[in-house]
Amino acid sequence: MPLDANTPDLRTEFKSVGTRPNRPDGVDKVTGRARFGADFALPGQLTGLILRSPHAHAKIKSIDTSAAEALPGVKAVITYKDIPEQEGCDKDVLVNIMARGTALYDGHAVAAVAAVDASVARKALKLIKVDYKVLKHVTDVDEAMKPDAPVLHPGRFDPVDFSTLENAAHVSGKEERKTATPAHSNIAGRYVFGHGDPDKGFKQADVIVEHEFKTEATHQGYIEPHACTASVSSDGMAELWVCTQGPFMVRDVCASLLGMDVSRLRVTPSEIGGGFGGKTTVFIEPVALALSRKAGKPVKVVMSRSEVFRATGPTSSASMWVKIGAKKDGTFVAADAVLKYQGGAFPGSPVEMGAMCAFACYDLKNVRIVGYDVVTNRPKQAAYRAPGAPMSAFAVEGVIGEIADKLGMDAIDIRLKNAAKEGTVSSYGPTFGPVGLVETLEAAKAHKNYKVKLGKNQGRGVASGFWFNFAGNTCVSINLNVDGTLALALGTVDIGGSRASMCLMAAEELGISYEDVRAVIADTSSLGYNDISEGSRVTFSSGLATIKAVRDLKVRMCGRAAKIWGIPEDAVKWENGAAHPAGSNAGNFPPLSIKEIAAQASATGGPLAGHYEINAEGAGPSFATHVCDVEVDPDTGAMKVLRYLVVQDAGKAIHPSYVEGQFQGGAVQGIGWVLNEEYFYGKDGTLQNAGFLDYRVPVCSDVPMIDTVIVEVPNPGHPYGVRGVGETSIVPPLACVANAVSSAIGVRARTLPMSPPRVLAALEGVAASKA
Amino acid sequence: MRYEAPDTIKAAVGLLSKAKGTSRILAGGTDLLVQMRSGMIEPDLVVDIKSIPGMREIVAEKGGYRIGAAVSGAELEEHGKVGKMWPGVVEATNLIGSTQIQGRATMVGNLCNASPAADSVPAMIAAGATARVVGPKRTRDVPVEDIAKAPGKTSLAKGEFVASIFLPKAPARTGSAYLRFIPRTEMDIAVVGAGIALTVNAKGVITAAKVSLGAVAARALVVDACAKAIIGSSLDDEALDRLAAAASAAAKPISDKRGTVDFRIKVAGVLARRAAVIAYDRARG
Repeated sequence: MPLDANTPDLRTEFKSVGTRPNRPDGVDKVTGRARFGADFALPGQLTGLILRSPHAHAKIKSIDTSAAEALPGVKAVITYKDIPEQEGCDKDVLVNIMARGTALYDGHAVAAVAAVDASVARKALKLIKVDYKVLKHVTDVDEAMKPDAPVLHPGRFDPVDFSTLENAAHVSGKEERKTATPAHSNIAGRYVFGHGDPDKGFKQADVIVEHEFKTEATHQGYIEPHACTASVSSDGMAELWVCTQGPFMVRDVCASLLGMDVSRLRVTPSEIGGGFGGKTTVFIEPVALALSRKAGKPVKVVMSRSEVFRATGPTSSASMWVKIGAKKDGTFVAADAVLKYQGGAFPGSPVEMGAMCAFACYDLKNVRIVGYDVVTNRPKQAAYRAPGAPMSAFAVEGVIGEIADKLGMDAIDIRLKNAAKEGTVSSYGPTFGPVGLVETLEAAKAHKNYKVKLGKNQGRGVASGFWFNFAGNTCVSINLNVDGTLALALGTVDIGGSRASMCLMAAEELGISYEDVRAVIADTSSLGYNDISEGSRVTFSSGLATIKAVRDLKVRMCGRAAKIWGIPEDAVKWENGAAHPAGSNAGNFPPLSIKEIAAQASATGGPLAGHYEINAEGAGPSFATHVCDVEVDPDTGAMKVLRYLVVQDAGKAIHPSYVEGQFQGGAVQGIGWVLNEEYFYGKDGTLQNAGFLDYRVPVCSDVPMIDTVIVEVPNPGHPYGVRGVGETSIVPPLACVANAVSSAIGVRARTLPMSPPRVLAALEGVAASKA
Repeated sequence: MRYEAPDTIKAAVGLLSKAKGTSRILAGGTDLLVQMRSGMIEPDLVVDIKSIPGMREIVAEKGGYRIGAAVSGAELEEHGKVGKMWPGVVEATNLIGSTQIQGRATMVGNLCNASPAADSVPAMIAAGATARVVGPKRTRDVPVEDIAKAPGKTSLAKGEFVASIFLPKAPARTGSAYLRFIPRTEMDIAVVGAGIALTVNAKGVITAAKVSLGAVAARALVVDACAKAIIGSSLDDEALDRLAAAASAAAKPISDKRGTVDFRIKVAGVLARRAAVIAYDRARG
């Protein structure tokens, strides 16, 4: 069957796609029926609890578990000795899940118990005696780069001689340019991107703005704490029920850490109460499995909120320097940046992606970005929605805002003047295909919010943002049921309404109703490997695989029709939910509907299913432009976000409501990041605000309804033109709000969060300088 | 842990007097349960006072109101008359937590938790409220400002608990208000709080005033200098400036995760001024 003849690669007319049906998981979620991580229970299950370091940095001299083991009701106590290092495992993950000799941050797991109930488990934790020798600690990225900083991993990272490198002054301060080359360092990596000659470029500039910026670490703040139930049988077969964004990742990593064959571990993902990147690695899962293995019984581990803050993966804090030069007409002639991100106690801060995204919105002839990955005594960072990008955009878009002010240019016009387009060589290397930044800027400028007149102490900010979007390994099965309905098995956890989107795409491709397709998230033994639900890849990749699996099924269904009609397979075509003879030459048969083919499946050769497996490529990037209005109380520094607009390119919005939901969710998380959210450390390096009372995510009344505009510049890499939309929306808000505050009260916020004490102090500074 | 729900004050006092280890009163539980869950305390005895007659009642007394220790914020608001007489007190109590928390949280619990940031406390102090303390030896009425001594510490002796709050009859032409600063719009802890009650004469001249500040010292402060700054004035700009300066001068805060010393000192003055304007408008009707 010449399938591609009647299903062109880029479809533009749709019946199901673009509508807004209720999500299949909706009723269970709003009625409390949905099963989240902590909702699984097994007969005889034990409660697992983890003992955590109260110190930011300490040598563990000894751990005595004998008293805990002797407590009635305790079934297992484990330390690192119960999880011996396996060849080829990820050592950093191994050390992060259970300290080995040194506690590297406040909250670092040191031991764990499994007991008959939580009360016994709590008592047992108190009976574990750990002898610590407290070491000097460092939690600030700039401090950690100094030659005299306490070194987290002696012998691991070579010292860096900045004097030979670009922009040394912005790395370690002038007096330290000639680094006294200590024996070791906390600098785990250095990344350089760019092209052209920025130093030459700046010579052509009429105006140059450069500043230093700092952002504090923030947490994804998912409502559901990490939770899992592990069951390891005496024959070594294991099951794990867990709240995660990546069940296949959990399976493979746990198997590797615990020395198991992958086939012995089956992982079933639960519904997920938010992840935002924070559930793309393991924390409690291998610990629960190790406890279960030792106790011989199922073990459930559920983190408290305090554990979530202290010992999972917030994003990096950052210290940055950005310099941009422009002509009088607003054309950027050169751009330069140094980014320093601390990623907690292990390498892997998202500085590389932050560096790649920093100037990605702009068409620059001369650009350079240097990024440093630094380790500190903080929890190992994990991905957080567009990892690394919001911080560098905060600095870059802030400098652009200031250049526009200096030149007296409209904030959108200066971005339009320099916007990346199809054919632009991006600052990180690749040349862009069709992209939608210009369209978002134009739509933002035309929106009613951009024309609202502002009052006293009110200001407007603009910022743009970029995210690559990932694709990756994906595997989908679709099964035709006996009555002609369909069961769609997906391997990517639904973190944003993706089951609804997949059903829409399957229905569209088949020409049937959305209600006739039911999507489930399969366990790891039921499908081939799928990458994690991350990088805004799911609607793109699983959508692509769903469409292709459906096309595979259509070929098979057409084959059955051909068999029934007694004509060649390639003389059958699929249209409007039924097989038809491809033309009058093929014969004159009434169409066979999907229901009729399903009813005869057994008689015509057996069950019907479609499959598709791919390591997908071609995820088109998504650009966004945000506009926000704020009002500042000049007496208290309190800030109110009056209006907030998100304009973003979705390529093609499969389910527009969930696309808008992603736009709004990212914007609100970004607003939280600017206004109040921060990891607040005491002098002793312990986290002071490990709870939602003092780690202030915005509440509903803190934000206005977020206005949205979906721009659709189709992505040629997807049959329907889809681009991922989940992450770009958190990239512009930090700068957008900061630019609005600057326009309201003349204070340029370059340190986040812009909490009221900080804003008030800055206002008083401005008043003092005027007096 | 032992849980008891006695139905008389005497029985409750008896339990508390004889208790060994840590004992706690349960009314709304909005502080207690959180502290237990987070591992801050592990009480050996919890005495639930909600079954004791009167604990959930608001009764008129001597022109004012006696409010039982287990009356929730939502019940206080729905009463109406208390709020009409002392709007500052009811508004302050209603700021605690969320709508759900308001169904449980009590003024007395807020007082006895002894947090310097308790919202209802500066408002009660400004209104001249007294707490009725029952105990093994005697029953005594104590000014609200004398209950908390330091963060988490009260002046209550072993076996004692606060059974009710008495809000006296407000003199004619009295207005009250409470304002707090929080970094978000709700569900937060005061970084600074300011409660004020004032009485004016027919000409609008302030004849009496009481000002209390929260979250700027180890316990809620009574600031006589603030009262002095506005008594005899018609709350003109100069009086307001004096008031703000006196409030800032009285503030002896700390820097912590919720705010800095400089911020709290400045905002204490800002809130005292803003609360005074509201109270003054209410006093003049």
